[in-house]
Amino acid sequence: MDALSRYEPIIDDFEGFLAACERPLPTTVRVNPLAVTPDRAVEALAAEGVAVDRREWHPGVLEVDTNKPGNTWPYVHGWVHGQEEVSCVPPRVLDPEPGDVVWDACAAPGGKTAQIAAEIDDDGLVVANDDNLGRLSALRGNCDRLGVTSAAVTNTDARRATLDAFPDVAAVDAALVDAPCSCEGTIRKNADALDGAGASASRSLGRLQADILARAVALTRPGGTVVYSTCTFAPEENEAVVDEVLGRTDSRLVEFDVGLASAPGLTEWGDASYDDSLARAQRYYPHHNDTGGFFAAKLEVTA
Amino acid sequence: MTDNDSQTFGRLPATDAERSVAGRPTRAAVVDWWTDRFGVPRTIFESYTLWEKGAGKVWALPFDPGAPVPVEALGLTVLRTRQEHWKPTTIAAQRFGREATRNVLRLDERDQAAAFLAGEEQEIAWDGDWGYVIAAHELTGRLEPIGVGLYTYGTLQSMVPKGRRREF
Ligand SMILES: C[S@@+](CC[C@H](N)C(=O)[O-])C[C@H]1O[C@@H](n2cnc3c(N)ncnc32)[C@H](O)[C@@H]1O
Repeated sequence: MDALSRYEPIIDDFEGFLAACERPLPTTVRVNPLAVTPDRAVEALAAEGVAVDRREWHPGVLEVDTNKPGNTWPYVHGWVHGQEEVSCVPPRVLDPEPGDVVWDACAAPGGKTAQIAAEIDDDGLVVANDDNLGRLSALRGNCDRLGVTSAAVTNTDARRATLDAFPDVAAVDAALVDAPCSCEGTIRKNADALDGAGASASRSLGRLQADILARAVALTRPGGTVVYSTCTFAPEENEAVVDEVLGRTDSRLVEFDVGLASAPGLTEWGDASYDDSLARAQRYYPHHNDTGGFFAAKLEVTA
Repeated sequence: MTDNDSQTFGRLPATDAERSVAGRPTRAAVVDWWTDRFGVPRTIFESYTLWEKGAGKVWALPFDPGAPVPVEALGLTVLRTRQEHWKPTTIAAQRFGREATRNVLRLDERDQAAAFLAGEEQEIAWDGDWGYVIAAHELTGRLEPIGVGLYTYGTLQSMVPKGRRREF
């Protein structure tokens, strides 16, 4: 946990934070609304003896008292997908409309792709991209199991991605950059998540992340939305990346609230200071909602 | 006529007269097949564009991307053609099979549904057509398709792919 000590100045109730990081994560699933309503999914799980606790902020997020939700009929029917609670936040923040074209820049293994497809009622197009072909096959398996029809899968480096494969699409309506990151926030499920973590590793990831985010802004139409998210606490991969992209592109940060407890994004870190609007980003800490750690920022493309 | 290129997505021709790739199924034939075999509404694929990639694999996408596109996957695989008997995919049975009114085989006993999911073959007395059927069971008061089976000689053979099989 040493790698977390540098965050003591920015996290309230730091003892509570560390204690939460030591506890295992609750098992949660997301109901697939393309197949079923949350009520019926809860009923079917209960019929198999699986007790369910529903989350208030999102009726489709269920805590289940089994660590094998995959061995149930609701899973077989594609009614539920194992997805960590806080990982359901970014598609909610993106909030696309039916008919939209959405770019999912770093999409594998696809939990959020399927959730975006659900957000658009599976009507429109979700371009699910990843540079890792092996992980894309897991994404295809997940989208197939969940009956997602609206996804097109591409295998490119998101920093240089184009929409050339879709000649009729000039720009996307929305984009999600769920970036490759140091994953510090997954410490509750991966004991080795903090190996190699630290400011310098995070700074080099920050360059990759900023290039992907800038690309997402470039591919999105004026007035469209881009959400940037990571599962790390590191400001070098979060606020610093968004701050740089705000400077490089025509975009601005907008406020959001999904109904979970969170802390505002930082405007200062060490010697660095960031645009005041970074307070509109949100940091989700493990001790806030009994989840993993997450960061999300919502950008509007202005030109 | 040109040959089918199994690496790229080609749009299904609307009708036989518009076919330019030898052996490619038409959109009309795909809709006819689903409605004849399973009695689903004719509107089943109305809001989808239909594509072929790989020999006879038909994909459905609720969007029109214009030209054929160079991507890894385009929507959902719904049907395998280019074999004597066309065969729906497991997920198409689940996703589009809820509206089926014909050739749906009910597995009312819990162990029948479990055996089907485990990939087993079972003897079942049933008076429907031989061929590919949608196997379904009741879950929370509604009939839910599990997948595709092959029914012949009083036997139901499960077509649930290996990776999707489970033993409960
Ligand atoms: C945090 S994971 C994405 C999780 C995914 N959004 C989900 O919900 O299942 C980050 C992904 O970014 C991919 N990635 C890394 N570098 C990339 C790049 N330059 N272009 C595209 N994808 C990249 C990784 O292969 C990895 O799958």
